[in-house]
Amino acid sequence: MSWLKQVLQSGHFAVTAEVGPPKGSDPQVIRKKCNLLKGFVDAVNITDNQTAIVRMSSFASCLIAQEQGIEPVMQMVTRDRNRIALQSDFLGACALGIPNLLCLTGDHQSMGNHPQSKNVYDIDSIQLLQIFKNMRDQKVFQNGEEVKGEMNVFLGAGESPYADPLEFRALRLAKKIAAGAEFIQTQAIFDVDIFTQWMEEVCRLGLHKKSFILAGVIPVKSAKALRYMKNEVPGVVIPDSLIERMEAAVDQKAEGVEVCIETIQKVAQIEGVSGVHIMAIAWESIVPEIVQRSGLLPRPAKGEITSS
Amino acid sequence: MIVGERKPIPEILAMLGDSKKVLVLGCGTCVTVCLTGGDKEAKELASLLRIKGYEADSFTVERQCELEFIHPLRERIQSVDAVISLACGIGVQALYELDSGKSIYPGLNTTFMGMPVKQGNWEERCWGCGDCIIHLFGGTCPITRCAKSLLNGPCGGSKDGKCEVKPDRDCAWQLIYDRLKKLNRLDWLLTIQPPKDWSTSRYGGHRKMTREDMLL
Repeated sequence: MSWLKQVLQSGHFAVTAEVGPPKGSDPQVIRKKCNLLKGFVDAVNITDNQTAIVRMSSFASCLIAQEQGIEPVMQMVTRDRNRIALQSDFLGACALGIPNLLCLTGDHQSMGNHPQSKNVYDIDSIQLLQIFKNMRDQKVFQNGEEVKGEMNVFLGAGESPYADPLEFRALRLAKKIAAGAEFIQTQAIFDVDIFTQWMEEVCRLGLHKKSFILAGVIPVKSAKALRYMKNEVPGVVIPDSLIERMEAAVDQKAEGVEVCIETIQKVAQIEGVSGVHIMAIAWESIVPEIVQRSGLLPRPAKGEITSS
Repeated sequence: MIVGERKPIPEILAMLGDSKKVLVLGCGTCVTVCLTGGDKEAKELASLLRIKGYEADSFTVERQCELEFIHPLRERIQSVDAVISLACGIGVQALYELDSGKSIYPGLNTTFMGMPVKQGNWEERCWGCGDCIIHLFGGTCPITRCAKSLLNGPCGGSKDGKCEVKPDRDCAWQLIYDRLKKLNRLDWLLTIQPPKDWSTSRYGGHRKMTREDMLL
């Protein structure tokens, strides 16, 4: 059974971190990142060719993470695989004991390093959740045929509180949860006010009781990086006051860590937030410090939680 | 209508190779309306080819995509070295069906099925998926107009009503949301749209239609 699910169900404030696979075949890259994070997070989220840049597969990277004794969350995007391949990989993931799946549509290939490629988008993330939920709970493939075997997986989805139309975002989350999302990892939060308003709507709809919401955070090394994200990364809102604060800092890297910790502490106080997801892109080494200084240690240990 | 864009002249010249006598064939339907392959454009291209030293002439038929319109051209095509068709890809293929033994070169890139949205601007509107569900989305086709063909709401990249993939294009889902809000039908968006049956689309293989009642 998913350890992440056990941590969340037992009422602990969960901590997950993102691990990006390498643009190469060296398994050591994954091993090193996992070893850095072990003991500081409850699970690692392994991206599926994020920003449409070709990397080692999430599936293979998840197995390497498992070998290191750290629980993976396997991301699956619908950009590159149709319902045949996705269901097939779902069965493979179940067979190999990958306990968590995060269902995403994925960045459009024009954002990545093979913009000439053809995309798939046979289904969207909500349909993917529904297909996996039906395979697990109803024991049927998307076509209605019977599927055999145990499929004990914890299903998750992403959501952005910041994309337009803003007033539809919580309702869209409701659709994801109705489709099968048991946990949610949000887009990176820099604007806590908009996130708070979104969470109010989420709680008003009772969605926080139907799914665990993990607030996404990114530690940023510089004002320049923040500015880049503000202008180039879709679905991220960065207040100018934050950029000014970073610019004014003597040590911008240290300030970025400070901002991240403050954000974690703020979102942890918001009703309905069940955990935090730290996306330290190419800066995984900072995660232990952030987790420690945010007061999120020690992480719950096996044995402390009895599975339900 | 079917919208096309004329290929760059160097590409057309490269296709022609050492052909001397060239016929430029315009089409009087869609590509006339989108100002890329009608009589005027055929004449312009023919005169440009003459400047480049070809023995070029032009002619325009009402519909290059129908054999009865193009049959009378067979002999004329046989009298030249090459034909540049300014029709869409359908017209070019129809000309090949005349079996003239001549090379027919596409002078246009067929780009999409769409409409003029303002003077000099055309936009894609339909993908021909074979199972129309536009009414569920307030009259905006998400399959065509959302870069990811999402059926259950906008992705996380919609910003100020624009698409993250093409920031100068409207986000289809913003249009859908705004229209359904006006129609007081936002509740439609709460229904989970099931995976689409793509077998009616191009993905199901080459498509054809037969009308038994119209067969001779």
